[in-house]
Amino acid sequence: MNFHLLSLMTWLPLAGAVLMYFTGDSANPATARNARWIALWTSLLVLVLAVVMVVGFNPSVHGFQFVDSAEWIPAYGIGYRMGVDGISLFFVALSALLTPVAVLASWRESRRVRDYMAAFLLLETMTIGMFSALDFLLFYIFFEGVLIPMYLIIGVWGGERRIHAAVKFFLFTLAGSLPMLLALVWMWHHAGTTDMVQLMHTAIAPTTQDWLFVAFLLSFGVKAAVWPMHTWLPDAYGEAPLPGTIMLAAVLSKMGAYGFLRFSLPMLPQATAYFEPFMFALGIIGIVYISFAALAQTDIKRMIAYSSVAHMGLIVVGIFTVTVAGIEGALFQMVSHGLVIAALFLCVGILLARGHSLRLDQLGGLASRMPVYATFLMLFVMANVGLPGTSGFVGEILVMIGAIQANFWVALLVGSGMILSVMYMLVMIRRVLFDKARSVANAVMADIGPREWLMLAPLAVLVIVLGFVPGGLTHIFDGAVQDLVHAHVAALSSGAHARLAMIKQ
Amino acid sequence: MSTFYTVLPILFLAIAGMIMLMSGVFTDRDHSFAITAASIVVLAIAARLLVAAPGGTIFHGLYQTNDFTRFADVLVALGAIGALALSVTFNRNIGITRFEFPVLVLFAVTGMVVLVSASDLITLYIGFEIQSLALYVLAAFARHNLRSSEAGLKYFVLGALSSGLLLYGISLVYGFAGTTNFAGIAHALAGHPTAAVGSTIGLVFVLVGLAFKISAAPFHMWTPDVYEGAPTSVTAFFATAPKIAVFALLLRVMLGPFGPVLGQWRDLVQIIAAASMVIGAIGAIRQTSIKRLMGYSSIGHMGYALMGLAAGTAAGVSGALIYLAIYLVMSLGTFGCIIAMSRGRQPVERIADLAGMASDDPRFAFVLAVMMWSMAGIPPLAGFFGKFYVFAAAINAGLGPLAVLGIITSVIAAFYYLRVIKVMYFDAGEPGLDRRSAGVSLVMGAAAAFTVLFVFHPSTLTTLSTMAAHALMTSQGF
Repeated sequence: MNFHLLSLMTWLPLAGAVLMYFTGDSANPATARNARWIALWTSLLVLVLAVVMVVGFNPSVHGFQFVDSAEWIPAYGIGYRMGVDGISLFFVALSALLTPVAVLASWRESRRVRDYMAAFLLLETMTIGMFSALDFLLFYIFFEGVLIPMYLIIGVWGGERRIHAAVKFFLFTLAGSLPMLLALVWMWHHAGTTDMVQLMHTAIAPTTQDWLFVAFLLSFGVKAAVWPMHTWLPDAYGEAPLPGTIMLAAVLSKMGAYGFLRFSLPMLPQATAYFEPFMFALGIIGIVYISFAALAQTDIKRMIAYSSVAHMGLIVVGIFTVTVAGIEGALFQMVSHGLVIAALFLCVGILLARGHSLRLDQLGGLASRMPVYATFLMLFVMANVGLPGTSGFVGEILVMIGAIQANFWVALLVGSGMILSVMYMLVMIRRVLFDKARSVANAVMADIGPREWLMLAPLAVLVIVLGFVPGGLTHIFDGAVQDLVHAHVAALSSGAHARLAMIKQ
Repeated sequence: MSTFYTVLPILFLAIAGMIMLMSGVFTDRDHSFAITAASIVVLAIAARLLVAAPGGTIFHGLYQTNDFTRFADVLVALGAIGALALSVTFNRNIGITRFEFPVLVLFAVTGMVVLVSASDLITLYIGFEIQSLALYVLAAFARHNLRSSEAGLKYFVLGALSSGLLLYGISLVYGFAGTTNFAGIAHALAGHPTAAVGSTIGLVFVLVGLAFKISAAPFHMWTPDVYEGAPTSVTAFFATAPKIAVFALLLRVMLGPFGPVLGQWRDLVQIIAAASMVIGAIGAIRQTSIKRLMGYSSIGHMGYALMGLAAGTAAGVSGALIYLAIYLVMSLGTFGCIIAMSRGRQPVERIADLAGMASDDPRFAFVLAVMMWSMAGIPPLAGFFGKFYVFAAAINAGLGPLAVLGIITSVIAAFYYLRVIKVMYFDAGEPGLDRRSAGVSLVMGAAAAFTVLFVFHPSTLTTLSTMAAHALMTSQGF
């Protein structure tokens, strides 16, 4: 079964990016064309491999599959280790799915196309590598390495305030991740290895766990834009070129949430229990406060960006309920949110490509002029607010079930966030699609074309299919989540025994 | 006979340097290019001889060769080779093509080799002065240039001061320990607490003298001025070989003869490391000259490397050595870029001159961007591993607060490294720089390749540095 599938998926985009630089000099227009096609074919190839991986994945097996390992720094107990379980499988697949979409969405980009496409492929290498890394140092390198392509994508191809946004994004994320480096060094020293599977089985004293938890919270919280560590996000999302925003919102924000699931919960069980109310508070403040902030936005891109932060709050609450339902809901929501938010930003990009302004007060009446577009937008907005029958509903209801098991009031507040999300999303829909058409001087009103169909249709199908057949997704990560929750409960009870034993002595 | 082979590399370097000096003096034509090329060959051969030199202590404990000295010597030779390869076109452009340049570099390297292998305070001082004398001349090498002369004078005055402090420290140590031999001092300090008290004062002076040379704060004042004033070819040399040699010496002296009193100097080294990291990070923010920026950056880097010394363990030494090796490559790559910055054969040094570089010369922009990211410690580039190992050593030695400070200053420093990338990639402009010479391109390309590809095979350097650290930690008893 093992033919280095994960390594292949990780390094293939990098090879594609390097290949681009051997296709002639940058002045030649053919180079730009070559770069586009290389990027598309490479990312499609990775997508095919991802499908092979999902099909070949056996959900009844405990632990990691497609494991790939090699010597790296053996003297220090550091190795090249890759593998996926039910939790990480879909994030690898999500990265593989959305990179070709992002490449297609940037087909019209004309400034320094080769560098642009290379940056996206590099980003794919980093994200897939991060989601499949089973060595902490390897994980850290991919986690942090994302900064390099993303900084360039925002800074070179972004909007007006791109430099401010790029520097803010870089420094915020760097400041967040460096504490994790200290945590990494400490855990490596403690366990003598950076093998994540072994680290999950290494007990850590509860007081130390609290420190490590804070370090992880800083790095994953910034990446996932958990309130109040989200302030870089509106700038970055607003200023990045659209495909960059898609990758940021759909994939990069999941890195943080994934980190909580992979590190905080299994490695620091006592601290997770200790910080649980705190994390609920952060998540709920995120949901409620950011929803109101979204309501106040005048720009459709920023409004969707804020909606993304609000959903991350929901995901955080789901994760820290540490119940099977809550975590599965969070995972489902992460996949669903990745698809939906990417699609929503694609819809924004379609407006942009036709010369429309993104200001809500200058849009309107598109429903009658671009009916297919309006249908797609409506579908994705409904999925975003969690209408039954779409993938968004399943994630939200599962998180609610998990939350109600943990605490009634948490569930109530999370539910209120869902109502708020309906409010601002419907306001947006009304203004964009249904209000009286405002005069937009030179905007084209053509409905969506074949390339745009190609990007939106798969996402739409996935959103509906997942909404009706959620079991197809949950049964794959069910085993891994069950294991995670049981291990957590076991660790807590054994920890309690250890404390009791200490008292008895 | 083994004594001869141990001392052979120094003899080779010194004699080759003298032959080249004579051939330059007694011929009329300008042979500077040939002599530079010959010097590079000589350095390469010397590096090979240094690696092959039999280990052991010779001349009654005056001079020692082991894996540690070999490691440091090879780095020094590499730094000198790189700096010489960068110097040719630059020196010609600003009219300081003289055959003395490579010869002075050779003599400086001779001093550094002695310095690194010294196992007696007297040998140490002699090596120190051989090196310094050549460096003083090099700093003022563009003697018709006011700023270069100023840099030379500044470096000379402060260098002389630091030599004085060092000598004073040595005399105090000798007075209390009763010997100048490293092993003897270690023995005296371990056995007699009273000797330790007096020697500690001497130790402080020695530490300060050496901190001057590696430009660790608060003894860093000369660095930005000398970096900026000296011709860039000289700065490239200053930033690499001497720093590494003196740092290696610092590791040897502190953990060798003064190893038994680790508790006495550890806080001091921590303070110096902390101050260097902070000053390196804060001072660079407002710089507009890329050479001054590199001056502050080097102060910061020395702070990180000192973290490894403060750890005082084999892992710390190993971490510091890895840090130095990676720092050496990054510095050569960066100075390659800075040397390539000339317009109409006149050097340009402002960061703003790089605006629009990414579309004008993508290769240059790529190399400098890689160097800046690497210096900021962003994975997967080599600079990250340097930081990783010293942080690891510091945390394992219980120096958590220092590591936390290192992280804070890393973020601050990332800001100004990012600014260079920002100017190259995000700002529009027409840099219109001259074509690079082959030597500069070669150094830039090699440095970039090392920095980018290091992540795929870090274990060779780690193994070598672990061996070197092991040799240092076990050679204390001789």
